[in-house]
Amino acid sequence: MAEKVLMKGNEALAEAAIMAGCRHYFGYPITPQTEVAAYMAKRMPKIGGVFLQAESEIAAINMVIGAAATGKRAMTSSSSPGIALKSEGLSYLAGCDLPALIVNVQRGGPGLGGIQPSQSDYFHATRGAGHGDFHMIVLAPSSVQEMASFVFKGFNLAEKYRMTTMILADGTMGQMMEPVSLEMGEIESYDKSWCACGGSDKRPKNIVNSLFLQAEELEQFNIRRYEKYAEVEKNEVMYEEYMMDDAEICIAAFGIAARVSKNAIDEARKMGIKVGMIRPITLWPFPKEVFNKAADKVKAFVSVEMSMGQLIEDVELATRCKKPVLLCNRSGGMIPTLEDVIAKIKEANGGAN
Amino acid sequence: MTKQVLIAGFGGQGVLFAGKLLAYEGLLDGKEVSWLPSYGPEMRGGTANCSVTISDAPIGSPIVANPDILIAMNKPSLDKYINETKEGGQIFYDSSLISGEVKRDGVEIYPIPATKIADEKGLKTLANIIMLGHMIAKNDFVSLEGAKGALSKVVSERHKDLLNFNVQALTLGYEYKA
Repeated sequence: MAEKVLMKGNEALAEAAIMAGCRHYFGYPITPQTEVAAYMAKRMPKIGGVFLQAESEIAAINMVIGAAATGKRAMTSSSSPGIALKSEGLSYLAGCDLPALIVNVQRGGPGLGGIQPSQSDYFHATRGAGHGDFHMIVLAPSSVQEMASFVFKGFNLAEKYRMTTMILADGTMGQMMEPVSLEMGEIESYDKSWCACGGSDKRPKNIVNSLFLQAEELEQFNIRRYEKYAEVEKNEVMYEEYMMDDAEICIAAFGIAARVSKNAIDEARKMGIKVGMIRPITLWPFPKEVFNKAADKVKAFVSVEMSMGQLIEDVELATRCKKPVLLCNRSGGMIPTLEDVIAKIKEANGGAN
Repeated sequence: MTKQVLIAGFGGQGVLFAGKLLAYEGLLDGKEVSWLPSYGPEMRGGTANCSVTISDAPIGSPIVANPDILIAMNKPSLDKYINETKEGGQIFYDSSLISGEVKRDGVEIYPIPATKIADEKGLKTLANIIMLGHMIAKNDFVSLEGAKGALSKVVSERHKDLLNFNVQALTLGYEYKA
């Protein structure tokens, strides 16, 4: 085991990207993810990579499209309002079937919102990252270690399926420091015969494009892309279960909300309440099956989240509303407290306890 | 063993650095640690704080709302967190910046004139480390030697000339008798 170092989530993420072979970073500063760009600015020139501070978020995502089209590992990072600006590019990346890594260190919204941590881009990441029919693989880290290791995982998945991976973090994950091991495993390598690198007369010309004026043709592309998404849903679902063996109440939470929930579960267990948690790690593909199975065992779910109620919809869908799903939430940059979560666990358990 | 520490003061007093030093001490000691800063529009002169948790077990939330140990480096921070400190906990405060009587039942209170000591010993800006040294003296989940070892990790390469001043500040706080 490599020596653990104390790093901020944003810095661990940036270092992991470099270790994963990313040499093309295009960014634009915004709190609370600026350390990613700052770290890249410092490191990339020393290792022959590209750090480029674009003139805007929109320019940065289009630079990612260009670099990704040549088969290089490219990434950009931002925080909520900046990610919204990148939405057009996210749709183009999907339309072109390009692998790329996008990092959203979320802050409160809508609009310019605030700069404190939030999870209110859940819908954006899992549903509406841009126009048209498409998905991104969405990974939700819950520790600094995962901020780093999901970058590695994210690039591998992106190349495996030729799609965008988004790391959906929040201000807390970006700003906090924890010990992290930068031993990440293998960089997987996948076929890149599709890429547009120019200069080869030994193969037919590759064109990376998302414009299809023939409706029949575009439909076929979309159908094939959704066949690929079905493969992702079958193979790549990740989640963590905590104290679910005998649980009668199941918390659904990710990121920092899952960390607070863990403490709340420990406290509620001391009071004799059988509560556990399923923490989705892939927000898309959502761990539908494990939630649906849990719905046959538990009496209620509690969705703990930092939004006005977004994750809760996926829990209700996955469980087909077989059991009640209570909402324990804060918004606008606020984080649910231990007491908030315990109170909601008690309510789910039938009030008095 | 789980200890939750909240260090709070004005921006520029080095509360984040003191927290980082404490977290590194825990890490080198083989413990689980987390460090979470307040971040935002705070700047020099504004308020800043950081949450440090040191534990034998994996840490759930890194947020410290009710600290076992409060280190307050100015009056607003003491006022804000004095009643949030856990029953049976400890409060350390800089008595050269906070005057008047500090009262709170059920906790141990340790005043130390850290800023005054720092000024007298030519260690301006190291009141944070003096405070931390004093906290270490009153607890056994951290050690002076451990903190000295951590200093060499957190003092950056280009500030290595300041390492000895930090060690000196740590020791002054550690040896301070009220």
